[in-house]
This record gives sequence, C-alpha cells and structure tokens, in this order.
Amino acid sequence: MQVLYLLIETIVKCVVVFACLMLSVAYLTWLERKVLGHIQIRFGPNRCGPFGLLQPFSDGIKAFFKEDLVPGRSDKAVFVLSPMIAIISAIALFAVIPFGDQFTLPGTNWVIKLRIADIDVGLLYIFGIASLGEFGIILGGWSSGNKYGLTGSLRAAAQMISYEVALGLSIIGVIILSGSLRLTEIISLQAGGFWNWNIWYQPVAFVLYIICGLAEINRTPFDMPESESELACGFNIEYSSMKFALFFMAEYAHMITMGALAITLFWGGWQAPLPQLDFIPGVVWFCGKLFLFCFFFIWQRGTFPRLRYDQIMKFGWKILFPLTLLNLVITTLAVLLKG
Amino acid sequence: MILPLLKGLKITLGRFLSRPITIQYPEQKVPPAKRWRGIQYFEKDEKGKTKCVACGLCMAVCPSQCISIVTAEDEEGKRYPLTYELDILRCIFCGYCEEACPVNAIFVGKNYEWVEEQRAPFLMNTEKLLAEKKFNP
Repeated sequence: MQVLYLLIETIVKCVVVFACLMLSVAYLTWLERKVLGHIQIRFGPNRCGPFGLLQPFSDGIKAFFKEDLVPGRSDKAVFVLSPMIAIISAIALFAVIPFGDQFTLPGTNWVIKLRIADIDVGLLYIFGIASLGEFGIILGGWSSGNKYGLTGSLRAAAQMISYEVALGLSIIGVIILSGSLRLTEIISLQAGGFWNWNIWYQPVAFVLYIICGLAEINRTPFDMPESESELACGFNIEYSSMKFALFFMAEYAHMITMGALAITLFWGGWQAPLPQLDFIPGVVWFCGKLFLFCFFFIWQRGTFPRLRYDQIMKFGWKILFPLTLLNLVITTLAVLLKG
Repeated sequence: MILPLLKGLKITLGRFLSRPITIQYPEQKVPPAKRWRGIQYFEKDEKGKTKCVACGLCMAVCPSQCISIVTAEDEEGKRYPLTYELDILRCIFCGYCEEACPVNAIFVGKNYEWVEEQRAPFLMNTEKLLAEKKFNP
C-alpha cells in the first residue's frame, strides 16, 4: 500500500512539475520578448490576447504546423535524436530541484514533500545531466551537414569544456560549507533569514556561478553556438518546425533550472528572507526568486554585447578559472581555520 | 571593468521602466506632413461635377504616363473628359498634374492607405477621383 501511495504521489508531482515547467517556459519566451521590447522602448508582443498573453500559444501552433525539413545530407538518426536529447536533459534537471517544504494533505496524515526526488548526489546529478544537454547541441549541429551548424557545435563543445570547469569549481565552495551534495540539506543549512544565505559567505562564487551559468545555457553574452550574426543561428540552422521549438524550449527550461539552482545554492531555496514571513508558502518564495533570476537573465541579454569567440575562451581560462580556484582555496582555508 | 557593466544595466533598467514610444499604427496614426503628396482627388464645381476641362496638360506632363483622357464636347461647346483614367499603381506622386492643371481640378491629396486584392480597382476614373475628395476636407 505504501508503495502505491508513493507511486501515485510521484506521478502526480511529475505531471504537475512538468506542466508548470512547460507553462513557465512558454511564458518565459513571452516575458523575454516583452522585457527586451520595453528595454528598447517599444511594446513587444501585444496583439495576441491582452498584453500579448496568448502569444506563446500562437507561436506553438505556428511551429507545429510548419514544414518539418530533414536535410538530405544530414545524419538522419542523429539529426532527429539531438533535439530530444536537449529537451529531455533540460526537463530531467528539474527532478531534483526542491521547490518547497512539505505539507500534510488536509484530512489525512499524508505528508507531501515538494520535490520529485531527493537524492544524495543531487548536485552531481544536475551537473551530469546539464552536460548531457550540450550533446544535443553538439550532435544537432554536427549531424545537420552544414558548415555553420558544424562550426556552431564545435564552439559549443569548446565552450562547454572551458566553462563547465569553472562552473563546477565555483559551487565547490558551497559544497564545502554545507558538507553535502543533497540539495535539501544545502537549503536547510541556510535557514533562518536572508543573512544566513550562502550568498553572504560565497559572494564571489555566486557571481562566477551566474557568469558560467550564462555561458552554460548559451545565453547572449556567450551565445557562441548560436551566433546569429556570423553563423546564422549556428547549430540549429537546419532545424525547423517542432524540432527547432524543442531546442528553443530546452534552452529556456535550462535557463529556469540555472535560476532554480542559483536559488537553491545561494539564495536559501524556498525559504522566506525573514523568519517572520514564514507563513507565506515556500513555493511562492521560490517562484518569486526564480522570477527575479529570469528577469535578470533577460535584462542582461538586453544590455551586454556579445563577446568574440577568442575573448570568451580567454575569459573562461584566464580569468574565471583562476578566480574560482582562488575562491576555492580561500574557502577551504577559512573552513579549516574555523575548525 | 565591472562598473561600466553595472552602468549599462542601470541604463537598460531605466529604459525598461520608461514608457514605450511606439505608435500603434492601425489605431494611432501620424498625420501626414504639410506637403505630403498622396492619392489624387478631383475638386467639384457648383453642380457637383468635375472642374476638369480635359485640356490634356496633366496627361502631357505626367512623367510616368499614368493619366489618359478621352475628350468630349457638350451642347454648349464646353469640353469635358469623357473618360479620365489615372493608374495609381504607375503614379509616382510627383504632383506635376496638380501643378499643370489650369483650372484647379486635380489635386494631390493626403490619403496614403489603399488596399485591394486585384490590380484592376486601382485604375481610378472620374467617379473614384471625385470620391477621393472625402479624405481631403
């Protein structure tokens, strides 16, 4: 009986999280266009429904009815497979993110924990799956049989290798502080108000994490695999219809996960910034913080120009990598000296 | 290195919070300039007919040759255009027809919006040119 309950609970949670994630991905595209529009003193989408709120659905319908082309010279199996890899890994990332505390179902003693899986190696899982997502991009560009796609995927590979190192090293400080890879434990160690959040203990790591995260999700200052200006959309140049939409959704889902992970590691997860505000459910705090992060990701896209490819490589290896190492050494020393 | 980045973020946030300056075209329109040359119209005389005397000067001066007139005479010996055709798709809106007209019959108007699904309706005749007056009070 216990197993059956667990199964039902897990399936319901999976469905709810999946639906919410897809809905937020849809509205993130809307938010992005809207915010970028307002940054450029124009309106953004405002014709489709009130405030353009139905725009994501009309985009989806459009993508669905477009012609689905597979280039003749492409490696067909891999070409079809790579958007799937991208979207599956982007969605699977959300499985370990804790988006709230637990609550008891009214009228029963059924305790529901607001996370799909709470595994010991949560962080390791996230970094493993996140790197898997890059394979979607690399294989997609490589299999389309297009020189722009190939260049884009080569850049994706190089960028992934150089920034994943710094990304991994930047969060090791947090792991040292909390002594665990389990995300719920990292959150519970930051309990009791915003002054306990890891961002005050690891400010450099937080900034480095955000920068590397932007590079990891191929967002604008680092959007080398998909350089619109010189590679004509890079790895997804040959993709059309729903295959392109899947890449697109994967990118945005990845962005949400990057934000959620930043919240979990540095901003106290779903916990309220002040202990007095604890009566507001954790999910609300989680969504609010996530909105702030997503807004920042869009805001910085509307602000910063793109870096050149060699600048990105230089920045990754000569600045970010040493800084993360330095941060790691200092954190280790501080923890050792404190005993 | 970091300060300019923050400055940039501040500027874009300011822009984000300012009001968009977009003019929402079909609902909001920018009034055309004072000397704007749009679709032509005919001025009416007292009887509500065209003032045109079919002298053919506009036809002669038109650089894109989009005007063609067939002249006729009424009982009193007054000339009038039996047919007056202006192909608005060929017109370059130079305004020479207005300048050439000795009786102030044809004018270039302010209207610039005209959509049809076929080419034929764009061939303007006397009635259409007279009807175009309503856009040019």
